[in-house]
Amino acid sequence: MDTQTQRKYVYEPSKTTEPDFPSASRPKGSPFFAHLITFLILFSLWILLSGKFDLFHLSLGIISCIIITLISGDLLFPESKTKGLIRSWLCFLRYIPWLLYQIILANLHILYLVFHPRMMELIDPEIITFQSKLKKELSLVTFANSITLTPGTITVYVSVNGDFHVHSIDKKSAELLPGEMESKVARAFGEQ
Amino acid sequence: MDIVVTAFLVIGLVFFTGGGVGILRLPDFYTRLHPAGKLDTLGSLMMMMGIAVFNLHHFTWGALLTSLKIILIVVFIFLSSPTATHSIVDAGVRAGLEPWTKKERRE
Amino acid sequence: MHYIFLYTGLFLCLLMVLSLYRAVFGPTVLDRLIGANAIGSKTVVLLVLIGLIYERVDMFVDIAMAYAMLNFIAVLAASRYFQKKKGLL
Repeated sequence: MDTQTQRKYVYEPSKTTEPDFPSASRPKGSPFFAHLITFLILFSLWILLSGKFDLFHLSLGIISCIIITLISGDLLFPESKTKGLIRSWLCFLRYIPWLLYQIILANLHILYLVFHPRMMELIDPEIITFQSKLKKELSLVTFANSITLTPGTITVYVSVNGDFHVHSIDKKSAELLPGEMESKVARAFGEQ
Repeated sequence: MDIVVTAFLVIGLVFFTGGGVGILRLPDFYTRLHPAGKLDTLGSLMMMMGIAVFNLHHFTWGALLTSLKIILIVVFIFLSSPTATHSIVDAGVRAGLEPWTKKERRE
Repeated sequence: MHYIFLYTGLFLCLLMVLSLYRAVFGPTVLDRLIGANAIGSKTVVLLVLIGLIYERVDMFVDIAMAYAMLNFIAVLAASRYFQKKKGLL
């Protein structure tokens, strides 16, 4: 009888409202610059991982990085838009220390919850839903990962139009959403 | 120098202990994910930072490369841990597990 | 300093036993998956600590990185597999 009255969480991924991914109809720009940046990232990763600077290993690295760039060069920068790239990366780098500070604060909060002797009275889990204002896919993914990294909240479901389902462990962490973090992410990716 | 490294290791161990105790104490699967996925992430960040600092004790280029690799592991953990948590939660929701809620909320 | 690393590693092994309880006696399959994931993320740190104890960090760091990737892929694959199955309880 108890199961009848229990409030049930119904999972409805709103499939009808999702638009198609616009990547097929995107205008293709000149992919050379994006390929060059991909190659440089891959090659610096190769140097970091191998740690050998003689001619044989470096040439092996160059050959394999060229092959990978030709196969999957449009994976990192699908829009081939390289105009505001460096500036947006700088903005993203400014977002990271704030995120780290927030992670440490919230981790201390959850540590207090876990070691509290009367923990079962303190926690109050529920699933909340809200609509986000963000538009780009990359900022949506970053926002979802930031929510998951900040303890007390886990993203359960995200749709392309910014429909968030978030599981939160107590009232205090549920109140923080979608507050300051959304505007910070919006500023980091150039959306206002 | 040794004091700083020991402090980093001890703070990391405190976070890891919180994660282990939290996995045991919390009531259901959704709430157990909170300490498991995230206290472990910050704990490994702290311990890896301590190890990377200790590794630069006697500075050589090889030691610098090793420390950079350790930081690369930390970056990878920070990218992969939310993804793994999200995929586990998605599996639970799709299988139809219901979240544990408080008694007065059920009525 | 050597002993500090040794006892830190031993304490990490002790914490793994806590997670192992959840991995063995967990009520649902996904609880076991959480326990296994927690053990994996502790193992990455433990591998680097073992490298410090044997003074071969440059070798053990690569093993730790490969283990981190393997742990991630294993968790992803297992949760994708159990997503298809209804009635995990």
